Amino acid sequence: MSSRKKKHKELFAQGNEAVVEGALLAGCDFFAGYPITPSTEIAEEMSRRLPLLENGVFLQMEDEIASMGAIIGASLAGRKVLTATSGPGFSLMQEHIGYACMAEVPLVIVNVMRGGPSTGLPTNPAQGDVQQARWGTHGDHPIIVLSAVNVRECLEMTVTAFNFAEKYRTPVILLIDEVTAHTREKITLPDPSTFQIFSRVAPSMPFDWYTPFEETMKGVPCMPPMGTGYRFHTTGLTHDSQGFPTSKPQEVEGLMNRLFRKIDQHYYDIQMVDEIQCEDAEIAIVAYGSVARSAELAVELAREQGVRAGLVKLKTLFPFPRRIVERVARQSKTLVVPEMNMGQISREVKRVNNGMARVVTMNRVDGQIITPSELLKTVLGSVSR
Amino acid sequence: MAEITHIIHEYLRHNKKFPHVYCPGCGHGIVLGSLIRCVHGLGLSKDEVVLVAGIGCSGRMAVYVDFNTIHTTHGRALTFATGIKMANPRLKVIVVMGDGDALAIGGNHLIHAARRNIGLTALILNNNIYGMTGGQKSPTSPEGTVSATTPYGQLEQAFDVIDLVRAAGAPFVARSTVMHAHLLDKLLVKGLTNPGFNLIEVMTPCHTQYGRKNKFKTVVDMYKWYRKQALSVEKYNALPPDKQRDRIPIGVFQDKQIPGLEERYAAMRNQLREARGEQ
Ligand SMILES: Cc1ncc(C[n+]2csc(CCOP(=O)(O)OP(=O)(O)O)c2C)c(N)n1
Ligand code: SF4
Repeated sequence: MSSRKKKHKELFAQGNEAVVEGALLAGCDFFAGYPITPSTEIAEEMSRRLPLLENGVFLQMEDEIASMGAIIGASLAGRKVLTATSGPGFSLMQEHIGYACMAEVPLVIVNVMRGGPSTGLPTNPAQGDVQQARWGTHGDHPIIVLSAVNVRECLEMTVTAFNFAEKYRTPVILLIDEVTAHTREKITLPDPSTFQIFSRVAPSMPFDWYTPFEETMKGVPCMPPMGTGYRFHTTGLTHDSQGFPTSKPQEVEGLMNRLFRKIDQHYYDIQMVDEIQCEDAEIAIVAYGSVARSAELAVELAREQGVRAGLVKLKTLFPFPRRIVERVARQSKTLVVPEMNMGQISREVKRVNNGMARVVTMNRVDGQIITPSELLKTVLGSVSR
Repeated sequence: MAEITHIIHEYLRHNKKFPHVYCPGCGHGIVLGSLIRCVHGLGLSKDEVVLVAGIGCSGRMAVYVDFNTIHTTHGRALTFATGIKMANPRLKVIVVMGDGDALAIGGNHLIHAARRNIGLTALILNNNIYGMTGGQKSPTSPEGTVSATTPYGQLEQAFDVIDLVRAAGAPFVARSTVMHAHLLDKLLVKGLTNPGFNLIEVMTPCHTQYGRKNKFKTVVDMYKWYRKQALSVEKYNALPPDKQRDRIPIGVFQDKQIPGLEERYAAMRNQLREARGEQ
């Protein structure tokens, strides 16, 4: 097999290509999508790679709504599925993201963010879709949103996204920005055996005993591929544990509570944060995506100037890593939140900070990156005041 | 009759989801009956059949039958079905849509599923109206139709489903009414056995939302009207244009044997693997 030969191959890859490597490593063999900058390379690379797999399928659909429909269908039929898009396409996907939350369909959406609103900035970096990823659909539901800082992380976080999707039967959204998606870096393709790969748990009980949306200890019901004898009904309507539409308050409440619980209960597994030099930090930067890369350098430069700076690098954006940010806020004087948007994560930071530290926001929405030196300036400025 | 009823009951989720939501006299039930007879007649197992439905009264059908069933989003049933069929070509995928579902919100998916020639059986239950949302006009409402949103009469032209889907490249295209149950059975059997994309339009009465507002006194009048207006496509084609107006041609409009996308995709994969010496 060619993938064996490639075990330790070195790649000079873009973030978008690393996403593909991560997806294949996680066992993804079904992709449906619609081209949009700056995510297009993911679809293009998938169109080359998937037909080479035994059962691989690549579909270019007529739009993003169709792409989501196709991957939901394929996931119900037992596949590990991916789609990739950017701003306007992500907006079109929202109804089906809600469907996948409600029907508990595992799938991964990579959104290479671009500036907006509307067609906005197709080729410049931005972090415009953070809150859309959390609240884009109608109705209440939890969701998992991840981000990646560099090419290597694009690969790793894609694997993680698939693992979470399968473990918790939920859509998982991976947000990356244009800088990460298009910057080429050398990475070594990891040995697949170094990764733990999860797949959804299939039922093993007799067909008649199976309850497709059962209340379980973990909150996650098991899930058979279609056509294996476990016949059940899937719907976007509020449903009972058998999958049939219901509006009985008790059953509605039971379903909604379970959907939230299955994520809440696994909060410690899901929240992923890298803390860099935070132990003694008087000023901590909270950042994600390519901005966190600038922040890492800014922290070093600040330390050279005698300022005790640290970095909280968010890998999980939602559920928001509240407990860690809370702790850092308690032990430092100032939190700096740089973002390539008008403040979509700083809202979360302020919420959990709840008056403990001073929160300084730093926002760029002009399609330019946030550089280490301008971040350093903000850090130094915030300390002296 | 008793025999047929017995067969149908075997396929229903009778202990769970009845009584059903359809109005007395609704044509949707006849289509469901026909569908079940054909699945049974062809000896398909409940496990290999997947029923994918859109949103609307027609979409509720998925709740009632004991197949693998999916009630999708409005207009997007074909996209789910595409994913299922490509993921597992062994499954028999049947898609049930309303006319609003398939031609308004889902129009783009319909022409692309036909063009792509994805191997499934698609049914459009055409009642010329939006049933579930209370009788608004649909893209198949004839000019002059009075509806909840065309109180002064529909001005826009209606789609001809058959022309549209045939032009988009579907290999099997047919139409029946619920008054022609034998023809419907025959068309469904063909639609379920032919390769590629099979589209069957079924004219079905909705007296509640369409008939009452459009001069049909009773639901029986509607059924009678369907029987009177329908004629075979061959006879229809022989009529002069002025006599064709308001008639409903039924039968097979296109019947080509073209392998579905899933088959052609598998062939491509095999070729690629052979070329790489992996076979
Ligand atoms: C995105 C979206 N828009 C609108 C609706 C509301 N809606 C539900 S059913 C329906 C129309 C149903 O008509 P048709 O497809 O003709 O099926 P019928 O009820 O007549 O069988 C509409 C507009 C919806 N569910 N989703
Ligand atoms: S509203 Fe019309 S389509 Fe819907 S169940 Fe009643 S008769 Fe049938």
